[in-house]
Amino acid sequence: MMKTFDEIFENAENIITGIAAAPGLVIAKAYKFIKEELEVNGQKITNIKQALTDLDEAITRSKKELNKILNLARDIMGDKRAIIFEAQMMILDDPILLGTIKRRIEYEKMLPEFIVNDEISKYQKLMFQAHEAYMSERAHDIEDIKNRIIRNLQNKRWKSKIIQDVIVVSKTLTPADTILFSKSNTKGFVIDHGGLTSHAAIISRSLNIPAVVGTHNSTLLINDGDELVVDGFHGCILVNPTKRQCNFFNIKIKHLKKLQKSLEELKDKKAETTDGKIIELLANVDVTGEIDIAKTSGAQGIGLYRSEQIFAEMGDLASEEEQTKIYSKLASRMYPQMVTIRALDIGGDKFNFSGISEPNPFLGLRGIRLLLANESLFKSQIRAVLRASKNKNVQFMLPMISSLEEVRKSKRLIDECKKELKKAKEKFDNNIKIGIMVEVPSTALLAKEFADEVDFLSIGTNDLIQYLVAVDRGNDLVSDLYREFHPAVLKTLKIIIDGAKISNKNVSLCGEMAADTLAIPLLIGLGLETLSISPSTITYVKKIIRSISYLKSKKLADECLTFTTSQEITSRIEKFFVDNSIKRTRNII
Amino acid sequence: MITKTVKIINKAGLHTRPAATIVKFASKYSCEFFIQKDGININGKSIIGVMTLAAEMDSELTLTFDGKDEVEACEEIVSFFERGFDE
Repeated sequence: MMKTFDEIFENAENIITGIAAAPGLVIAKAYKFIKEELEVNGQKITNIKQALTDLDEAITRSKKELNKILNLARDIMGDKRAIIFEAQMMILDDPILLGTIKRRIEYEKMLPEFIVNDEISKYQKLMFQAHEAYMSERAHDIEDIKNRIIRNLQNKRWKSKIIQDVIVVSKTLTPADTILFSKSNTKGFVIDHGGLTSHAAIISRSLNIPAVVGTHNSTLLINDGDELVVDGFHGCILVNPTKRQCNFFNIKIKHLKKLQKSLEELKDKKAETTDGKIIELLANVDVTGEIDIAKTSGAQGIGLYRSEQIFAEMGDLASEEEQTKIYSKLASRMYPQMVTIRALDIGGDKFNFSGISEPNPFLGLRGIRLLLANESLFKSQIRAVLRASKNKNVQFMLPMISSLEEVRKSKRLIDECKKELKKAKEKFDNNIKIGIMVEVPSTALLAKEFADEVDFLSIGTNDLIQYLVAVDRGNDLVSDLYREFHPAVLKTLKIIIDGAKISNKNVSLCGEMAADTLAIPLLIGLGLETLSISPSTITYVKKIIRSISYLKSKKLADECLTFTTSQEITSRIEKFFVDNSIKRTRNII
Repeated sequence: MITKTVKIINKAGLHTRPAATIVKFASKYSCEFFIQKDGININGKSIIGVMTLAAEMDSELTLTFDGKDEVEACEEIVSFFERGFDE
């Protein structure tokens, strides 16, 4: 008789558990991605010429990065404080420093990163020895540029080292790392830190790569080259599986493939409840390659295009022309379906490329705040989005809105850009719809007032929940307090949805909450008619929607709104699944 | 070779902005340029070097210029010190 997952996992001594972050099953070899900042490798080299070229390239790359930062810093902080970055720039051109580093590489035959670290540290040591307080601050400024050069040297080494078809095991992954791996056909991710809504989890879901996160010590327990089973449904990893475990999973992988095929048949069917309510399912898209997945998943459009990925991929700020090209391609690929492009949402935990460190980035200069503080950057994106809208299938969405003034200021800038484009005789959609992300509690409470001034609202549950319950979702110590089914979350969602309806505006939800199949009946019951989710989860969600009744879901939501703890709400929803014999994917493979 | 002793007269001392300006001036000339303070000798064409100098108001530095355009270099840089870095 076929064993169950529970039986297999119960007796396993080689098991590591974590959070199931992206669905799927895979068996492949482990590749440990250890990225200790500044763990400088002191190994000897033989190819000096290559080392010198690597150094030159790292310096050029650092200059390019720093130049963008310098411009941004001048805009935001003014020339006076930007001098720190200007001095860093000069260091990249310092003939004495670079001359010494190059001579030492030739003479000592060591990796450039080792020499760079050693040489710049000498100066820092001198600065730390000085009695003046500002000198140790200066030493920290030098640290930045040292790290930048070393990172660029190491990036190159990492990139050349990444092998194909492996399961990546790492402590953390930045969005840029994740994208890097997606290009080498990575089979799975095992990440020690982070939860369901960490960037690694979001991106692996959107790339359709199985992932388990929050494993705490997998990097200690797994060796490079170990064979791994990654179960992205149950959040389990088996290290060097036994023959029996392998057989079990090989059969399950076959089952899963069959199931996915049957789900594919749903592709052209509507997401319609048993009592005839139709839900619009859109795709969240991060990377250009994902448009294909979105297209094949049966998404009815793109509900969230995260434009910051362009910048993460390019490593620096893209020009208006580069952006126009990318957005136009996206719009024409999806035509006649709608594409909602979100304005650059950097700051917080995302791409702190500005080099400005804030004591509290989540409450700092991020999203619309950073854009409004840096008009030239914002306007170049607005113009690019407008230029891509000429076939009238593009919408523009503003992130991190917390006050109406921000909406009004942004709309003024959009009008300015329209005038500029008219003057330049560029074509665009003059009636382009402008919407906002509702992800700050102040905006949620005033949802109706905001809806009156924009064309649509989109609820970003990840940040909204984090700000509502005051929990940093990336912080392992408190991340268990981040609860999607917190009674306050439900009440807030209701305020937003009702507010939009009173104002007769569209409201959608584009957070990761909609990727949790458990949340679907509740969201539908609360009155949402549009969900935007990772393309890889669309068919799973559609399957759930097609098996529930709207009336019953509404009753479920009304009942859940009366509860006072997350526990009561979760149990009630689980009961709903049992009562209506709805099976979640993880229970049918 | 020319050797000159200069005094820092502005309040903020030799902070990052004037350090950068001095290096920019020095790079225009072909002569060698060194700054000496408390027994440390720094190449004045190296920004990271000049930044290691902790020179407060009233501290004294010895500047050495050596090369065919040493007179012009000395004139421009010494006068920048004398003007209190234009601040």
